[in-house]
Amino acid sequence: MAGKFHVPDYRYHTLVVKVENKSGVLARLAALFSRRGFNIESLAVAPTDDARFSRITVVVDLESAPLEQIIKQLDKLVNVVEIRELHPGHAVERELMIVTVEAGPDRRDELVEHLDRAGGKVLSVGTDSMMLSLVGPPKRVDDFEELLHPYGIIELQRTGRVALANLDEAD
Amino acid sequence: MQMDGGQALIRALELEGVDVMFGLPGGAILPVYDPIIDSSIRHILVRHEQGAGHMAEGFAHATGRPGVAMVTSGPGATNIVTPLCDAHMDSVPLVVITGQVPYAAIGTDAFQECDTTGITQSVTKHNFLVSDAQDIPRTIKEAFHIATTGRPGPVLVDIPKDIVDPGNPRSAMEWTDDVEMDLPGYNPRTDVDPAAIRAAAEMIRAAERPVLYVGGGVLKARAAEALRRLAEMTGIHVVTTLMARGAFPDSHELCLGMPGMHGNFTAVTAMQEADLLIALGARFDDRVTGRIDGFAPGAKIIHVDIDAAELGKVRRPDVAIQGDCRVAIEALAEVFAADGAGDTDRDAWRSRISGWQERFPLYYEPSQPGDSLKPQFVIERLRDATPDDTIVASGVGQHQMWASQYWCFDHPYTWVNSGGLGTMGFCIPAAIGAKVGCPDKMVWAVDGDGCFQMTAQELVTATVENIPIKVALLNNSYLGMVRQWQEMFYDERYSEVFLSKDVPDYKAWAEAMGCVGMRVDSPEDVDAAIAKANEIDDRPVVIDFRVSASEKVYPMVPSGASNSDLVVPPSQQDLPR
Repeated sequence: MAGKFHVPDYRYHTLVVKVENKSGVLARLAALFSRRGFNIESLAVAPTDDARFSRITVVVDLESAPLEQIIKQLDKLVNVVEIRELHPGHAVERELMIVTVEAGPDRRDELVEHLDRAGGKVLSVGTDSMMLSLVGPPKRVDDFEELLHPYGIIELQRTGRVALANLDEAD
Repeated sequence: MQMDGGQALIRALELEGVDVMFGLPGGAILPVYDPIIDSSIRHILVRHEQGAGHMAEGFAHATGRPGVAMVTSGPGATNIVTPLCDAHMDSVPLVVITGQVPYAAIGTDAFQECDTTGITQSVTKHNFLVSDAQDIPRTIKEAFHIATTGRPGPVLVDIPKDIVDPGNPRSAMEWTDDVEMDLPGYNPRTDVDPAAIRAAAEMIRAAERPVLYVGGGVLKARAAEALRRLAEMTGIHVVTTLMARGAFPDSHELCLGMPGMHGNFTAVTAMQEADLLIALGARFDDRVTGRIDGFAPGAKIIHVDIDAAELGKVRRPDVAIQGDCRVAIEALAEVFAADGAGDTDRDAWRSRISGWQERFPLYYEPSQPGDSLKPQFVIERLRDATPDDTIVASGVGQHQMWASQYWCFDHPYTWVNSGGLGTMGFCIPAAIGAKVGCPDKMVWAVDGDGCFQMTAQELVTATVENIPIKVALLNNSYLGMVRQWQEMFYDERYSEVFLSKDVPDYKAWAEAMGCVGMRVDSPEDVDAAIAKANEIDDRPVVIDFRVSASEKVYPMVPSGASNSDLVVPPSQQDLPR
């Protein structure tokens, strides 16, 4: 586990938690957060390249509990193998958004222009709507979502963030 | 070797050195009960699954070995949740085996199905649901390893019926003697950081008003001897928390007794006034600290704990030492043995302490002729009439506090009680478990009448299984501690705390359960009844001591108050502090 703790100058911190790939592990982690009163901002789970382990990327709210206590309690879960703490300034963070927006023929060009600038893709086009996707740092995804509001969001889905340490800071 | 899962389970328990287990069979666990007949393990059949759990706890408290309980699925499992939680709070090593419906039936709301691993997740150190008979030996090995290493705690193993039922092909497995544990995320740390030890030693040498704040972790680490050496070589006074009574001899001149909400004045005040607290296997529980921002305001903190999450959880330590208490204590003692414990002048501190001890001893008004019996008097007489190494178990409430205050604990592992969870009903089954683990020691259960009625049926178990414990029932017809709070903080408005003066008839009830029953109403009859009980060794004894209901536990730190606002008995209230 992380031996030293960054001074938490951000409200939200990302923890990358390597866990045994066994049934019920996510429930253990979620139950721990609920039992200790820690708040989760977002959560993403996926298998790793090693089938025995999964990686849980969890963004924690440090207003609910000190980072050190969250990490130490997580580390007590027998199925938790490793915890890496990613400081927001020293990690690559990505999030995926898929969104359906109201877009009649007259507004499509403008929308696509915004989308190109943000680095997103058009997934499909309907009569009065478009489905778009964007992968990017959470802030860029936030900003793009903001920008879509005036058009009328019909449906929106975000994954929660995943993250890895910057190359030169990986240990 | 070909085996079925049930045989493998019992074999795996035998290999872990289990010679006794507590339990009650039922449908889902039935196949595992068959190989018990051919096993060397003694199985003690309880009357309620909660009893099995507390017996296993009492066994573990008294022996230091993991307690083992086995129950069926559904209600069997839910009935043992309280002991699991109790053991989790007090770091008691337990392995609990629960039956489960067949693997394929899980999730169908089958008969006597419950989500045992889900329900017990937050009250166990870890739990397992075994899906394959072949995994049983490894899982049992892992369960004992997790329960007994690092910070000890309860581990539950949930066993679906089909993998232990010889009639089911899924129970077939190949036994091998060498199974490897697979716990990549479990690496408890026991060694200590030498730099932190040196920093702690420096701080101890410089302290003018140090106190050793000793918690249950010292007992778990089998560190009583090491602690005594450390205390004597440094001359530092010791307080032992409710979970650590006996970790340092009460009769030792450096012992200040128990701190906390009902701690004695000197222990509480010495901590408040200290400039250094050396916390050893203690977790700054609210019942010890009182209002946390008013706790030991001038003290630096050295905190030794095997659980990293305890360091800084409640109070930020100046020196944090993660690791085994015994290793840490011995390392500190080594430093002092090599370079001396320093020469800081502590004469003024010592004289303040002895002043508090003289002015504020534990005190109750002795009864005058014709007065009713005082519970504290019963404890004192019992203490003086029993061997030094008598094991005392208690329930939760006034009787527990009086027992912890007025007993003289000179040996480790002689005090068995429920601290963190505060489980009424703990006493009788825990005393039974302690007696099973230590058959040559005298075991007295000091219980209250409220607690006794919650689990007294286990005296039937004690009689049938020939486990001769002795019960001192401090019967005041009330839920005494709740009554005390209502008297002090709710304007004497007594709400739902009076039980009954007449029923049950405890003597007759005890006799009905195969025990010797006695009743004592007056102080003059106390000694004779205790002497008679001490003579009996072929069955349990219950003495119904009819004690005064108006006695209160003093001193007391009111809930939410600072420890500096400790309320002392009326006769001490005007003395200078």
